[in-house]
Amino acid sequence: MDRLVEIRDLRVAFDGVPVLHGIDLDVAPGEALGLVGESGCGKSVTWLAALGLLPAKARVTGSVRLGAGELVGAPRETLETVRGKRIAMIFQDPSSALNPVIRVGKQICEALRLHRDLRGAAAKAEAIRLMEMVGIPDAPRRFDLYTHEFSGGQCQRLMIAMALAGRPDLLIADEPTTALDATIQAQILELLARLRRETGMATVFISHDLGAVAQVCERVCVMYAGRIVEAGPVERLFAHPRHPYTRGLFDAIPQMSGPRRRLVPIPGTVPDPRALPPGCAFAPRCTRAHDACSRTRPDLLAQPDGRTLACAYPVPEARHDSFSTERAMT
Amino acid sequence: MLRFVALRLARALATVIAVMTFAFVVLRLSGDPAQVMLGPDVPQEAVEAFRRSWGLDAPLWQQYLAYLGAIFRGDFGVSMRDHSPALALVLERVPATLQLTIPALILKLGLGIPAGVYAALHRDSLIDRGVILLAVAGFTIPSFVLGLVLVLIFAVTLGVLPSGGSGTWVHGILPTLTISIGGIGVLARFSRSAMIEVMGQPYIRTAAAKGVKWRNVVRGHALPNAAVPIVTLVGFMVGSLIAGAVVVETIFSWPGIGRLLIVSVSNRDLAVVQCILLLIAAAMVVSNLVVDLLYGALDPRLRAQPAT
Repeated sequence: MDRLVEIRDLRVAFDGVPVLHGIDLDVAPGEALGLVGESGCGKSVTWLAALGLLPAKARVTGSVRLGAGELVGAPRETLETVRGKRIAMIFQDPSSALNPVIRVGKQICEALRLHRDLRGAAAKAEAIRLMEMVGIPDAPRRFDLYTHEFSGGQCQRLMIAMALAGRPDLLIADEPTTALDATIQAQILELLARLRRETGMATVFISHDLGAVAQVCERVCVMYAGRIVEAGPVERLFAHPRHPYTRGLFDAIPQMSGPRRRLVPIPGTVPDPRALPPGCAFAPRCTRAHDACSRTRPDLLAQPDGRTLACAYPVPEARHDSFSTERAMT
Repeated sequence: MLRFVALRLARALATVIAVMTFAFVVLRLSGDPAQVMLGPDVPQEAVEAFRRSWGLDAPLWQQYLAYLGAIFRGDFGVSMRDHSPALALVLERVPATLQLTIPALILKLGLGIPAGVYAALHRDSLIDRGVILLAVAGFTIPSFVLGLVLVLIFAVTLGVLPSGGSGTWVHGILPTLTISIGGIGVLARFSRSAMIEVMGQPYIRTAAAKGVKWRNVVRGHALPNAAVPIVTLVGFMVGSLIAGAVVVETIFSWPGIGRLLIVSVSNRDLAVVQCILLLIAAAMVVSNLVVDLLYGALDPRLRAQPAT
């Protein structure tokens, strides 16, 4: 497989507490990859670490290769040429992720000047084109407004416009719809899908919303407590989740069609990274766990059907039940 | 906007009148100028005559109305000591005070803000800890102690600077240092915490993720946001340019407003004290007004709904 980004054994520790325990992840050019998991499982940290955006107290080891270049340990000047230009990132809570005292047009123009050397009228024209492209109505007039004069959904559109300014090969969307209400979420997802079709850039979509991931992505990685526990094509994973954690995530989604059914929550809470269980991190919450699970941690292994899985006692493969991508889409 | 300014002006005027009223009442309740001016052994008739000639025999409310009326006509009264107009007496001292406080303000801004910003950007480093330590020491040592320590070091022990007096710029060095050190400490600490707060905001990470060079993230994205709280403090410092040196002027026998205030209070020279307090209140109110207008310029969110 042709690879745009190749992450190998990426580890991150904050103040000596490991939060990311060796992530292996590839992103192909133009691909749409989903990263799913509860808060604190390391989805965002993976990409903040790759771009060198973690605070200084974070210790990052392993390798993130972008083309021929290595990003882990690269000097700040190198990373500054990657950020926004090769890999752009958008964040959740767009209203506070844009600078409140700088006009939005100017913030977009800054990216255009940095990455495409556009200035003055040319930059302004391109910024307005980008604003229109992401669906900001009346863009020329609103070029000079500030973020507090836009709604949350429009701020996310502006963030996306700013991210597109550098024509990146990869867009990392870190929970881009979490802070938005449902109808706006759908619009932003649609926008991201459309932009990927039009520009051909790869997208990594970080979310805890399985439905959103199904809508945008082709491949999905499920993360738990700083590790990938299951990964594979979206349809296969969603039709037959095999890791008990993935399965649990689906059971916790309300079903829109069919008879009403009690939701099945995953018992317990995410383990404290300072006191991870010695074996499988999910074992204490797992309904399928055996004694061995709390002693030995299963490796992430390739499965015959094309997925990878880290579980000693997975949900049986043959099991055909009511899970379907259709449900996940709801 | 016009409504905002008008409202602010009205509040400013109300503040000044409140200060004037307070000064007027307290001065008259805390001692009798006739006794102080004339001494303890003068006959009762002389005291009566003094009170009559200065209008002090009238009821307090009549004196107050007369005073207010005079102020609005631009008449600030006459000094009981040398019978010259109080305003002229006070204004004559303004340049001497500003000779100390303006260089001190420049020192405060020039050293305090950069030290605080640098410390914030190198948080928990050795330099950061050093800045905090010096800042706390700077603003916790009272100026009368600091002034005397500086005199002890530079005038008494080293003999390189004069211990007091005025006339040349060399005389101004120790008083200026004494005034500025506390302010440098306050500004350093304040700028540090403002900057740390801003550097933790999501938009700073966005700017870095966009590929903006680190120093431009600091300069273009962080500083404009940190400026809002810092301007508040600086506004207060500018407002106290005239008032700021009572203790220090006394220690270094500097002929400024502060010394005049001390002398006039102990002599119960009513008109002069009132005139000084009015001037200080006006300076404070005007600088606050300017700060309020600056907020709007610095932060567009405050422009939309001006604080009332």
